[in-house]
Amino acid sequence: MMTELHQNGQEEVRIGYFVCHCGTNIAAMIDVAAVAEYVSTLPNVVVSKDYRYMCSEAGQDLIVQDIKEHRLNRIVVAACSPLLHERTFRTATQRGGINPFFCHMVNIREHGSWVHEDRAEATEKAKALARGAIGRVKYHKALEKRREPVTPAALVVGGGIAGIQAALTLANTGKKVYLVERDPTIGGHMAKFDKTFPTLDCAACILTPKMSEVYAHPNIVLWTYSEVEGIEGYVGNYQVRVRRKARYIDEELCVGCLDCVDECVFKVGNVDDEFNVGLSKRKPVYMPFPQAVPKLVVIDPVACTHLNGGNCQKSCVDACERAAINFDQTDTIEEIKVGAVIVATGFKTFDPKRKPLYGYGKYPNVYTALEVERLVTSCGPTEGEVVCRDGRTPKKIGIVHCVGSRDHQTNRWCSRVCCMYSMKLAHLLHEHTGAEIYNFYIDIRAPGKGYEEFYERLQEEGNHFIRGRVAEITDIPKVAEEEGMLTIRVEDSLAGFVRRIPVDMVVLSTGLEPHADSQDVRRMFNISCSREGFFLERHPKLAPVSTTTDGVYLAGCCQGPKDIPDTVAQAGAAAAEALTLLDTGYVEMEPSVSVVDPIFCSGCKTCLNLCPYHAITRDDAKGVAVINPVLCKGCGVCVAACPSGAITQNLFEDREIFEEIEEVLAYA
Amino acid sequence: MPEDTQPRILAFFCNWCTYTAADLAGVSRMKYAATSRVVRVMCSGRIDPQFVLSAFAKGADGVLIGGCHPGDCHYISGNTKCLRRHRLLKRMLADMGIEPERLRLEWISASEGDRVKTVINEMTADLKRLGPLKLPERCVAWDVEAIDEEPDHAEAVAKEAVHA
Ligand SMILES: Cc1cc2nc3c(=O)[nH]c(=O)nc-3n(C[C@H](O)[C@H](O)[C@H](O)COP(=O)(O)OP(=O)(O)OC[C@H]3O[C@@H](n4cnc5c(N)ncnc54)[C@H](O)[C@@H]3O)c2cc1C
Ligand code: SF4
Ligand code: SF4
Ligand code: FES
Repeated sequence: MMTELHQNGQEEVRIGYFVCHCGTNIAAMIDVAAVAEYVSTLPNVVVSKDYRYMCSEAGQDLIVQDIKEHRLNRIVVAACSPLLHERTFRTATQRGGINPFFCHMVNIREHGSWVHEDRAEATEKAKALARGAIGRVKYHKALEKRREPVTPAALVVGGGIAGIQAALTLANTGKKVYLVERDPTIGGHMAKFDKTFPTLDCAACILTPKMSEVYAHPNIVLWTYSEVEGIEGYVGNYQVRVRRKARYIDEELCVGCLDCVDECVFKVGNVDDEFNVGLSKRKPVYMPFPQAVPKLVVIDPVACTHLNGGNCQKSCVDACERAAINFDQTDTIEEIKVGAVIVATGFKTFDPKRKPLYGYGKYPNVYTALEVERLVTSCGPTEGEVVCRDGRTPKKIGIVHCVGSRDHQTNRWCSRVCCMYSMKLAHLLHEHTGAEIYNFYIDIRAPGKGYEEFYERLQEEGNHFIRGRVAEITDIPKVAEEEGMLTIRVEDSLAGFVRRIPVDMVVLSTGLEPHADSQDVRRMFNISCSREGFFLERHPKLAPVSTTTDGVYLAGCCQGPKDIPDTVAQAGAAAAEALTLLDTGYVEMEPSVSVVDPIFCSGCKTCLNLCPYHAITRDDAKGVAVINPVLCKGCGVCVAACPSGAITQNLFEDREIFEEIEEVLAYA
Repeated sequence: MPEDTQPRILAFFCNWCTYTAADLAGVSRMKYAATSRVVRVMCSGRIDPQFVLSAFAKGADGVLIGGCHPGDCHYISGNTKCLRRHRLLKRMLADMGIEPERLRLEWISASEGDRVKTVINEMTADLKRLGPLKLPERCVAWDVEAIDEEPDHAEAVAKEAVHA
């Protein structure tokens, strides 16, 4: 078939082949000159060249010039992955004056030079792939990208600092934003902290004004205690279903006076207070914390006697002067349309019970860092007084870094913030108690602005830093001074011997992990996860807030552990990406959709039920199948199934793929 | 290509998972045998069983299909269709006397660059052990057999050969 010279009527196929050195990235492992030489012998090839950097301005100009000079009408570029530069070369092709879809890329870097070690074999492979591309590109057709209008609104999922920042940035540009938060209040983890490293500025002072701004913003619709249930559609045009869980409170009426909480039949709390990470109890009717946004109470259906079918005098109802309590409320479903989605669902902390030798849950005076954040804050369960669960004020405190981080038995990754927050807590605990503080670390990771200086400050303040992974925490004394204490056993890797250090209180600096439901969330938004379960960005360097699904962006710790400054910066970037989409006003749809040729369609209906998007219907009058190009996402499932070969997928046509297979293999 | 050289694997990789994983293997500079030739498709559901048969018929020693893990298909369920077709193909290939190791279906997500490396290396070793498939040559031999058994078919076979 390689002798076939003409297609598209009488037009002669004239192919230009360009192979990139990528500096030495490709050229060191592939003899690019030899590949270009070989390709020049293939039929229809008019130009075959190698060049140092094809993606550079000069490289692209080479394509443009050669199209004009040699009347090229097909372009093949052998370089890096098409996922990186397909758009670049299609645009260059278009600049040359021909349809961009006459360009095809061959991946000889990621799939070639970078993964092979034998230059001769890698060069052979590049030649075979070139031959396949030269074979398929002659069948390429001129294609147009369809334009669809964009709904100028965004959905932000998760109301931590990432979601808050992204929502405000977008709303301030005049775009409508729906912010959906699962908990009854926004704020995320940051709302639980007393101070933030390295500046030790008050977390509430910088966060709560932003939370109020979200609430008051005319362009933001805030739905707390709500979850996204489903999403359909495509970039620029998503339909989203949001479940708003029953609060049993009329939001319009409640003013957050807390009279109901005071009058609840439970005079003291009966369930663990989530906001204080279980260090105190709350009542069935509660406000998560005084600065909660929205400033509304919520009734916990599990803890409430009445909602559990019990007999309760419902004193809360009587207490509410505004008659805001409504036990008949049910969940409601909101259907919204948005053009872009920012996923900002954050993280959870590692469960230290997975490291039983650290005694969490067994020894009352072993705490997690998040618990200690609550202990040191003046609005926390102890109003800032650091007393241990057994009542003592600690005189010696051990802080164990990297619990559930950098650990092959649990999580391999570095959680990035634990060294810094450990030192923050060391400072605060010392400030509150005057205790002697021991930090147990593997390496101190302080790579941020002002971070290393903070570490130095901590050393100057007299904190002890002991290098070594803690082996065990035990209450079994070996010597008199360990009596009644928790003893931390560690191999001091600088001193080179095992030490036992008795302390009153242990703080476990637990790492950051993806949420337990991160797989469900990612499936819903059709995005990928890294091995660890954090959501995957489209490109680690060049597209760090985009995902493989157009119109879905990432912000904050759901993408990977990071501190607040990085989270805020990333949220701004995600908002900017979303804004670019929303402001353009339209999206260009990839033309790789499928089309039924009514001449060949036998009307067998095989394809109808296969399409996951219900894009195929039957034209009963003509007795043939028809694909709606707006609904088709171009998976190609129907194409592969049609027994009559009546369906064609643009850019993945049967003849293109068969030719590619045949020619790749024809290279001996 | 001399007999003792590398086998040839034609690989059909889904754009969203295995193709991206192969990119990741590259970015991570993992090393594997230069035996695969990747044809990119948007979804494993696009893979027509004919593609696989054609690959064997045109001289591939093995065919590798890479798709998204069950439940993770970018287009909801294309991979389940691929799985069904793979089952069908396995039966057909068995009937044709083609060893089962020559067709491999793998679910490899975008983050599993190391799986790409492992699978291609394993498959390369398997195919080396099996030796070249040489289906094109065998087809010719089968034609000869057919003519021997059924001389009347000679004409039909000759006609088909012209068309092929
Ligand atoms: C103990 C500790 C101390 C720290 N101290 C500091 C510090 O001093 N300085 C600093 O810079 N960084 C610190 N950090 C890091 C800081 O917590 C993070 O950088 C920051 O909280 C990340 O914000 P986020 O919005 O991405 O995530 P989060 O704060 O986790 O917020 C995510 C939000 O999304 C909501 N959500 C989750 N899933 C869904 C869903 N499916 N639907 C709707 N909503 C959902 C959650 O309820 C939550 O409100 C600390 C971390 C820890 C663990
Ligand atoms: S499967 Fe093919 S022949 Fe059958 S209805 Fe669909 S397009 Fe027509
Ligand atoms: S290519 Fe996929 S999405 Fe498009 S009509 Fe066919 S089955 Fe449906
Ligand atoms: S998109 Fe990967 S198998 Fe369907």
